[in-house]
Amino acid sequence: MAAPTAQTRTALIEAEHVSKSFPSADGSTLHVLDDVTVTLHEGEVVALLGKSGSGKSTLLRTLAGLIAPTSGDVRYRGKALNGANPGAAMVFQSFALMPWLTVQDNVELGLRAAGVPEKERHQLALEAIDQIGLDGFETAYPRELSGGMRQRVGFARALVLQPDVLMMDEPFSALDVLTSENLRGELISLWARPDFPTKCICIVTHNIEEAVLLADRVLVLGSNPGHIKAEVPILLPRPRDRRSPTFEAAVDRLYAILTGRDEKSAAERAATPGPLTHPLPDASVGGLAGLVEIVYAHGGQADLPDLADELSFQVDDLLPLVDAAQMLGLLEVEGAQAFLTETGRSWYTADILRSKEVFATLAVEHAPLVATIVKALQNSDGGALRDDFFRDLLRRGYNAEDTEKQLDIAIDWGRYGELFDYDANTGELVLSEVAAALTAMLIERDADSGS
Amino acid sequence: MASLRPFTSQDASLRTRSHFLADALVLVAVAVIFWLLIRLSYGITEPFDQVSAPSTVSTDPANLPYYAARSLLRMFAALAVSTIFTFVYATAAARLRRAEKVLLPALDVLQSVPVLGFLSITLSVWLLLFPGTALGVEFASIFAIFTSQVWNMTFAFYQSLITQPRDLDEAARLLRLTKWQRFWKLDVPYGTIPLVWNGMMSFGGGWFFLIASEVISVNNRVYALPGIGSYVAAASQNEEIGRLLLAIAVMIVMVIGVNFFFWRPLTAWAERFRAGDTVTVEQQRSVVLDLLRRSVIPAIVTRALRPVGAGLERVTRPLGRADRPLRVNQARRRAGDVAFAVIVCGLIAFGLVRMLAYVNDHTGLEQFAVAAGLGMITFTRVLVLLIVGTLIWVPIGVWIGLSPKVTRFAQPIVQVLASFPANFLFPFVTLLLLQTGISLNIGGIFLMALGAQWYILFNVIAGAAAIPNDLREAAINLRLNRAQTWRYLYGPAIFASWVTGGITAAGGAWNASIVAEIVSYGDQTLTATGLGAYIAQSTAEGDFARTLVGVTVMSIFVVGLNRLLWRRLYGYAERRLSLT
Repeated sequence: MAAPTAQTRTALIEAEHVSKSFPSADGSTLHVLDDVTVTLHEGEVVALLGKSGSGKSTLLRTLAGLIAPTSGDVRYRGKALNGANPGAAMVFQSFALMPWLTVQDNVELGLRAAGVPEKERHQLALEAIDQIGLDGFETAYPRELSGGMRQRVGFARALVLQPDVLMMDEPFSALDVLTSENLRGELISLWARPDFPTKCICIVTHNIEEAVLLADRVLVLGSNPGHIKAEVPILLPRPRDRRSPTFEAAVDRLYAILTGRDEKSAAERAATPGPLTHPLPDASVGGLAGLVEIVYAHGGQADLPDLADELSFQVDDLLPLVDAAQMLGLLEVEGAQAFLTETGRSWYTADILRSKEVFATLAVEHAPLVATIVKALQNSDGGALRDDFFRDLLRRGYNAEDTEKQLDIAIDWGRYGELFDYDANTGELVLSEVAAALTAMLIERDADSGS
Repeated sequence: MASLRPFTSQDASLRTRSHFLADALVLVAVAVIFWLLIRLSYGITEPFDQVSAPSTVSTDPANLPYYAARSLLRMFAALAVSTIFTFVYATAAARLRRAEKVLLPALDVLQSVPVLGFLSITLSVWLLLFPGTALGVEFASIFAIFTSQVWNMTFAFYQSLITQPRDLDEAARLLRLTKWQRFWKLDVPYGTIPLVWNGMMSFGGGWFFLIASEVISVNNRVYALPGIGSYVAAASQNEEIGRLLLAIAVMIVMVIGVNFFFWRPLTAWAERFRAGDTVTVEQQRSVVLDLLRRSVIPAIVTRALRPVGAGLERVTRPLGRADRPLRVNQARRRAGDVAFAVIVCGLIAFGLVRMLAYVNDHTGLEQFAVAAGLGMITFTRVLVLLIVGTLIWVPIGVWIGLSPKVTRFAQPIVQVLASFPANFLFPFVTLLLLQTGISLNIGGIFLMALGAQWYILFNVIAGAAAIPNDLREAAINLRLNRAQTWRYLYGPAIFASWVTGGITAAGGAWNASIVAEIVSYGDQTLTATGLGAYIAQSTAEGDFARTLVGVTVMSIFVVGLNRLLWRRLYGYAERRLSLT
C-alpha cells in the first residue's frame, strides 16, 4: 500500500521483516516490534504515529542503527547496517545537547568527528546556526537557552552534517504549543527549499495533527507487540491549513484508526480476556471521572480530536483514559466520536458511596487484572496475598516496568472501588468486605440467569 | 547625588587594573609552583642506601615547611595517579563486557580492604624497582595514599559512565564520534562532578594514610621519609609536645590551604558540567576561581594547547568510532565467554591454593581462626564506636543541619575536622592513657573514633539540611511533640544519610584499628587485643604470612558487613524513606 510515487523513487533506508524482542524479567521474551517492513524514500516525509508502547521509538532507533533488530534486516542505500547509520542524523525529544559545550561547539561536534579541518568546520557551523535562526547565541551554553532555542541547536547539529535522512523522535513534544508550532513551520519551509540537502525526513510522533501537518505518508503503529496497523498517504497540498475540511477529515480518519481495534488485536480479543492479553490502560480513577464529566457536560457525546484540542491534550494523554472508559463500559467510541453510556451516566450522577459500588462492579466485570486479583484473594486463606504473587504472574507478559504499572493501576482501581486494600509496607493485598459481598451478589445473579 | 552614579571612570580603570593584577598574581603563582617542584625534586632523587637510610627525621621546626611541602607533593602525586588510573579502570569496566565481570567485583572488594596492611608488602617491591635512590620508599608512600583514595574515585566515575543518559549516548554514536572524542566530550565531562567531589573526599581521607606511610617499619627496619608525618612520629618519640602542637597547626593550615586553593575552585569550576537545567540553590563560589577567570592567562594557555588537542584527536582516530557493532557472532561470543570464565576461575583457584599453602608452610592455617577471633574483638570496638558516635552526633548533626545559619558556619569546620588526619592526635591520647592508666583495649575505641566519627556527623548534617521546609512546618502545625517529631520526621528523613555515614565511619574505623591498637609515646608502647594489632605486629616483624592472614580476615569482615548489614539498610532507606 505504498504511496503511488514511492515506487519510482530511490529507497534510502529499508527495513525488512524487522522484529525486536527483549528478554523479560522471568526469562521469557517480550515482543516490542513484530515483523515490520518500512522503506524510506528520497523526497518524502514519513511520520510514525502510535500510542506509547507501540514501539515507534524502537523502530526509529532500529532505522538509525542504534539498536539491533532481533530478526530482519535494515539497509542504508542497499548496505546492511552494522552500527550507527552513516546517512542519518537525529533530533531528540530531550534535545540531547552536551550541556558543557557552547552552541557553536555542539553544532561542530559531528563535523569534528568527521575530521573536518577547524576553519571549515567553524564556517559550516556558523552557516547552520544562521540558517536555523540562532545567530548571536554561538557562545551560549544550552542551559541558558529556552526549550525552543535548544531544539534549534538540536536541528542545527543534525542539519550541519547534511544527512540523507533527518530522523526526529518527538522533537516538539517537550515544547510549549506556540514554540512547537513555530518550529514546525520553519521545518516545513526548510524542507520546501530546493537547496535543502536532506532527502528524507522521518518523524516519530503521537500527535495526529502534527503527523498530518508534516507527513506525505503516515505509518500508524499498533501496540502489543508493535506492528504497522495502517499506512495512510496524506496528499494535501502544502502549506497545509488546519481548518480545511480535508485536513480535518485526515485527522478524523487517523483518530479512528488509532482508537479502533485492528484485526490483530481482534484475534487476541477472541480469546477469554485475561490480564496478559488485556492490559489495563494507564488511567487513574480521578482521570476517568474527569473525562466522563466532560463528556456528560457536552450532552453525552463528544468529538475526541476536538476534546483533545479543547483541553490542549496530546493523544497520548487522552487515549489511555478513553481506552479505560471504553473497557469499563463508561463510554462507547465510534470513529472519533465518544458517547456516554447509561452506566457511565449513572456512575457520574450517583453519590460517592453509590458511585464506588458501581465502579467496583464494573471493574470486577470488565477489568481482567482487577477481576483476577479479586478472584485469587477470595480463593486464598484469609483473603490476603502478597503482591509478588501477581507480579510473577504479570511478568510472563510484561517487562518489569509495565508489570509495576499494571499492578499500580489495578491497586488504584481496586482501592477506589473498595474491592481490596494494599499495605505498601508488607506488600500485602487484602480483600475488602465490599468485594466479598459483591461476588456473592454476582454469583446469585449468575445463578438467576442460569435457571 | 554622586552615590547614584556608580559607573564612574575611576571604576572603569579599577577594573582594568584588577584584570592586570589577576594576570600578575596568576603568573607569580605559577612561577612559585614550578620553583617548589624543582626544589622538592632534588630531595627525592637523593642517593639512598638501604642500610644507612634514616629511621627518623629531625624535629627542628625550621625543617617543617620543607617537610610539609614534601608531604603535599606526595598527596598530589597520588591524586594524579589516581585520576589516570580511574580513567583507565572505570572505562574498561564500563565498556568491556568481559572485563566488567572481573573488574567490578574486584573494585567492590578493594574499596573495603584495609590499605595499611599492604604497605609493608608493597614496600619491598618498590625498593626492588628503584634500587639506590629514595624513590622506592617515596613511591611506596605515594602508592599507599593512592590505594586509599583511588577506589572511591573509580567507583564514582564508573557509576557515571553506566548511568549516562541514553539520549546523549545515542547522540554521540550517531554523530560518529571517535572513541577518544567521546571520552573527552561526553564521558569525562559527565563524570566530572562525581569525580571531583569524590576526589575531594578521598583526598581528605588520604592525609591519614600519608601520615601512616611516611614512617614504614618492615622486617624490623624503619624507613622515614622527610614529611610532616615522620616529623610527628619523631616528635612523639622524643616526647616534644610543643613541636607536636606546631605540626598540628601546620597541618590545619595545609588542610585549609588545599581546600581554598585547590578544591574550592575545582568544585566551583565543575559546576559547568552539571547536566540538565537544575541550577543549584547554593552556588559554589571560589575567590581563586574568580581570580583565574578574570585573568587572561588560562585562555592563552588553552589556545596554545589547542594544536596539541587537535593532534591527539588525529593520532587517536585509528582507535575507531565509539559505536557497538549491531551484529555479533553469538556462538563465538559464548565460546569466548566460557574460555574467559575458565581461565579467570582457574587463576583464582590456583592463587588460592598457593596462598593457603604458603600460609600453611609459614604460620599454619589455624591462624585464620586466631585472626577471626581477634576480628570479633575489633568488631565490638567498631560497634561501640558506631553506637556512641550515633548517640552523640546525630542530635548535634540534626541541630546543625536544621538551622541554615549554623550550617553555614559549622559545615567548613566539620569538613576540616573530617579531613584532618586523626593520627596526629594519637600521641596526646596515648599520653593521657599512660597517665590515667586506662587500658588501650578501651582507649582504642576513642582513637579509632577520632577519625571515623566525623563521617556520621557530616552526613547527618547534609541529611537534616535536605528535609523540606514544608514537612517541618507540617510537623509544627500538627503539634507533634519532640519525640513524635523525631519518630515521624527527623528519623526517617535522615536515615539514608546516617547509613551512608555509618558505612564510611565503619570502614574508616577498621582501617584505623591497624594504627590505633598499638600506640607509643616516647619509649612506652601500649598494645590492645585485636585484629588491627595483629596486623601491625606481624608487619613490624616482617611475618608476611600472618599479615596476609590478618588483612584477608579483615577484608572478609568489612565486605561481609557491607553486604549483610549496610546494603540492606541502604536498600530499605532508598525504597521506603526516600524524600523524592
